[in-house]
Amino acid sequence: MKITLKLFATLGDLLPAESRENATVVEVPDDATPNQVIDMFKVPRPMAHLVLINGGYVAPERREQPVLAENDVLAIWPPVAGG
Amino acid sequence: MAWTNKVMRVNLTEGKITEEPLNMEWAQQYLGQRGLATKYLVEEVDPTCDALGPDNKFIVTTGPLTGTMASTGGRYSVVTKSPLTGTVACSNSGGYFGAELKAAGWDMIIFEGKSPKPVYLYVHDDSVQLMDAGDIWGKSVWEADEILHKKHQDALIKIALVGRSAENGCLYSAVVNDLHRAAGRSGVGTVMASKNLKAVVARGTKGVGNIKDPMRFLQATEEGKRVLRENAVTGEGLPKYGTQVLMNVINESGAMPTRNMRETQFEGAHKISGEAMHEPRASDGQPNLTTNAACFGCTIACGRISTVDQGHFTIKNKPEYWKASGGLEYEAAWSLGSDNGVDDLDAITYANFVCNEDGIDPISFGATVAAAMELYEMGVITNEHTGGMAYNFGSAEALVHGVEMVAAGEGFGRDLALGSRRMCEKYGHPELSMTVKSQEFPAYDPRGIQGMGLAYATSNRGACHLRGYTVASEILGIPEKTDPLATEGKAELVKAFQDATAAFDSSGLCVFTSFAWTLDDVAPQLDAACEGGWTTEKLVELGERIWNMEREFNRLAGVTGKDDTLPKRLLEEAANAGPAQGKVNELGKMLPEYYKIRGWTADGVVTDETKQRLGL
Repeated sequence: MKITLKLFATLGDLLPAESRENATVVEVPDDATPNQVIDMFKVPRPMAHLVLINGGYVAPERREQPVLAENDVLAIWPPVAGG
Repeated sequence: MAWTNKVMRVNLTEGKITEEPLNMEWAQQYLGQRGLATKYLVEEVDPTCDALGPDNKFIVTTGPLTGTMASTGGRYSVVTKSPLTGTVACSNSGGYFGAELKAAGWDMIIFEGKSPKPVYLYVHDDSVQLMDAGDIWGKSVWEADEILHKKHQDALIKIALVGRSAENGCLYSAVVNDLHRAAGRSGVGTVMASKNLKAVVARGTKGVGNIKDPMRFLQATEEGKRVLRENAVTGEGLPKYGTQVLMNVINESGAMPTRNMRETQFEGAHKISGEAMHEPRASDGQPNLTTNAACFGCTIACGRISTVDQGHFTIKNKPEYWKASGGLEYEAAWSLGSDNGVDDLDAITYANFVCNEDGIDPISFGATVAAAMELYEMGVITNEHTGGMAYNFGSAEALVHGVEMVAAGEGFGRDLALGSRRMCEKYGHPELSMTVKSQEFPAYDPRGIQGMGLAYATSNRGACHLRGYTVASEILGIPEKTDPLATEGKAELVKAFQDATAAFDSSGLCVFTSFAWTLDDVAPQLDAACEGGWTTEKLVELGERIWNMEREFNRLAGVTGKDDTLPKRLLEEAANAGPAQGKVNELGKMLPEYYKIRGWTADGVVTDETKQRLGL
């Protein structure tokens, strides 16, 4: 299935060079887990601090589960803050 | 002790300056800066006074750690009664001015009355005098700053001052220091100008040399710096992306207030994000971001310095804007961008320059333009009102027109200068004002971040993210992740953030350290610097005491529990996108519990028992 992967802030450098707006479309197995995608793009696990699927937070324990679906947007940040 | 133990009192009506000792009994209860200056305010100012009249006072205050070697120890605050909200106002700023004032030997300056003519205060250590400001009145912040530097022939003076917007009565004018740092919210600059006070010029050569236990202070501050350095947020994310790193986070989370909060995601968010500020422009190949910058003593350096493309329509043939200057923080990028539907990064950067140049709070300004755009698209505001400019959502030209008009106090800018609530009332649609207690919202939609709805509704200075930033927990997972769509536990969370923030704001330190530090990290630094046995527990109680003191001032000013609410749009119109789609803010579920854990009545009044417990 295809999903959109977005890597933001300092993780943006891990995306393919042709990516635009911190996003790329990737083909993953139907039962792929967020952590498999995280590993596929060499995101250090501790830096995958904020993991969202379609804007909803995915807690660390759910990242080992096949919670992704076709056309989902998986967005990942390292620890960030502002205000 | 890290206090200088000196307060300067300036009677502007009589042109008289006196010195008095800091009330050290109050310092033990309120610490400094926000807490201590507010204590002076509530003791000396009638809460019902006209905020722009001579009975209001205008306090410029440092904290005990201002000017010390503690990381971020350069903060100062302006405390007064707000003309925008009618509540207590306390606006905090960084830069270098606060540390310079402290190095000159002053904890606080209390301005009283109103000068019969424009003046500025010149402080060089113990030498202080009111000077004629006739030649800088009517000048922008940037022009006046340059004139004052030339006049005093001293590159090392630091200046806090107001621009033309404040002189013209814009109700959300800021006090700007060091050209592009600002005590931005609640119209504190408007109060300063109402007193015919244009600037405070500081030059300090004394330093802060009276630390209680210098060796322990050195160790405690070094440990604090290590924590900041090794934390991914304060050591890496903030220096590289600034607060603007939030643009994509909040948008993806579906909590991005868009087009006067009609929508909760902005399709152009990435174009105006922290990441986009690093990308080369198509037009000239240069990025918007030139460099980051630090305030006095700061080891984070989240500040943005930006350059606009010289060919951009905003600055073409305006060489005065071609150099690098203060760039976008997240709140400004949101208010000037998403809230107006504008995705032109250079246009909103220019609008931000003008806000700095003439002392305009970009949050309140941008949110007011958003309301104007909604009214324009409804046909209520017309080209006749705007002077021919079409105020459609997405128009960078309208945004630029608006900011230039507010800066100059001309044309439609006079309506925009009223702020969202008064402008919407003028045009017969108060329901379109996205405000609490007449202050415009910052950049987090409370339908997608439930706790922020409670934080906004109960904020002592009207809608504000810096009075209780539960976004840190609800979205960012700092210190622990909570569900942004849940209401359970949010009353406690909001109270904890509000009280802790009040303590940070009273120390002289920047609240951004709280992304890495807790009060456990602050207490050892304070205790090494100041007499009084400063523990985490004492700081938590201090924060609660300050919160309740501010609340009581507001009640006496006529701002009460009935004002602890949100605009109808956020309580009745559901979010249109993102995880919160279909949801409203459920303030009614959180507010009664909040009052209860605060120890207030069901109407939100501080009880005698609570006052007694806190020593109020």
